[in-house]
Amino acid sequence: MSDYLLKAEDINAKYGDFQAVQGASFDIKKGEIISVIGTNGAGKSTLMKAIVGIMKPSGGKVYYKGEDITGIPTHKLVEMGLIAVPEGGRVFPRMSVLDNLIMGSYTPKARKERNQALERVYELFPILKEKANQAAGSLSGGQRQMVAIGRALMSEPELVCFDEISLGLAPTVIKDIYATIRQINKEGLTVILVEQDVKRSLKISDRSYVMLKGKIVLEGNSQELTEDEVKKAYFGL
Amino acid sequence: MDALIQSLIQGVLLGGLYAAIGIGMSLIFGIVKLTNLAHGDFLVLGSYISLVVTSTLGISPFLSLIIVVPVMFCIGFVVQNTMLNKVLSKGAEPTLMITFGLSIVIQNLLLYFFTADARNLHSSITLKSITISDGIRIPVIYLISCVVGVVVILILGAYFKKTYQGKAIMAAADDLEVAQLMGVNIKNIYGLAMGISIATAAIAGVMVGMIYNFYPTSGSSYLVIAFAVVVIGGMGSTYGTLVAGLLFGLAQVLGAHFFGAQAQLLTGYIVLLVMLIFRPQGLFSK
Repeated sequence: MSDYLLKAEDINAKYGDFQAVQGASFDIKKGEIISVIGTNGAGKSTLMKAIVGIMKPSGGKVYYKGEDITGIPTHKLVEMGLIAVPEGGRVFPRMSVLDNLIMGSYTPKARKERNQALERVYELFPILKEKANQAAGSLSGGQRQMVAIGRALMSEPELVCFDEISLGLAPTVIKDIYATIRQINKEGLTVILVEQDVKRSLKISDRSYVMLKGKIVLEGNSQELTEDEVKKAYFGL
Repeated sequence: MDALIQSLIQGVLLGGLYAAIGIGMSLIFGIVKLTNLAHGDFLVLGSYISLVVTSTLGISPFLSLIIVVPVMFCIGFVVQNTMLNKVLSKGAEPTLMITFGLSIVIQNLLLYFFTADARNLHSSITLKSITISDGIRIPVIYLISCVVGVVVILILGAYFKKTYQGKAIMAAADDLEVAQLMGVNIKNIYGLAMGISIATAAIAGVMVGMIYNFYPTSGSSYLVIAFAVVVIGGMGSTYGTLVAGLLFGLAQVLGAHFFGAQAQLLTGYIVLLVMLIFRPQGLFSK
């Protein structure tokens, strides 16, 4: 088990009576990129919420570095190096770009490294340095996504979970953001990508999981999975 | 001319005090999105606790703040965490009910322990004033309370701008779930905000307690002032609250100057009404 950085076993999660995730399992090794692919409503975002502690799973176990982290509150997980980038470039709109980034280094551990981390984020996204004092809510969608990513990187994470990072963005912007993700992965960051875009997810990730109606219906090496096969599973054909 | 200058000075000084009365309510409005109908009663509770501290220990009301502020902070923290947090997700009505209930409970507790008699916080400087010229005098207690109000707001402004904790509160106000994702323990963040809110109310309570008589039921009139300041300034805007306090204070005192003392409150509320018509989001709301 300790081969895995994170391992989710038989996760169940509900909203009231609606069971959004029904016994989903996946794992990720250090340094990997995996993608969790599925349509809108397949339960992938809920699965991520259950992993990062925003939601308590109604069943199943999550292990991180071999330790059972099921139901541990999010702020503790962030301290352990597990962080999520929420979907749609959710920033703190009324706060400045700089303050948004600073919020990323909220944990005591990250505070100490704040200045280096900030330099690093500005290197990855130079535009954020230019707009540092602007309200984050006034930025374009792509720039807000950069703030959201940069903010997560400020926490000195080991594992980042990107939720629907390409949603609503222009293709060129998506390309840049994907290139950045690949770069930070090469530097040692482990990445979970939650995506609707089959082609792009298969291309960037080492392994993929396809979700349908709350269940993992297909998994495998991203290079061995054919787009056709994934699409069939994706739509439940 | 002297009378007008005197009124202007009085208005500005009163405004600083009004800002102090309103800042806590604005904070909670803006951050927790909660209308605290007991804000005025917490303020008066602060006056009474100061009364107990000053009379038992024989210290000045100013010194009593050392005890009153932490006590009131804790009360705010506990009230938020034990009562209000539980119903926050259920919309605005349950919190209105709870704070309204708290208002009644505080009033009646005060009535039970202190009777309905008028009280005030004695201080040797209550009656002192600085004479500038024959017609212009600055009452020291108004000057102090204005300074205290401004200082409280500046400290709060710096707290939200410079400290992690302050930023975390602002972040939670913007997007609670994302604040949680960044590692903020949101369970206590609202308690902290309410503690700060009630602590500022208590500071205002000690100031007004030195200027005016207070009764167990005085809270409602301070709630109205706080409400006016919050509406004029824009909910959750720290410096907006300061400007709003000054505007509201000036409007009242100038109203009294030009139209007679009976117009003081009315002119203040006419300004409020005009604001509600033309800029209901407040002057400084983003």
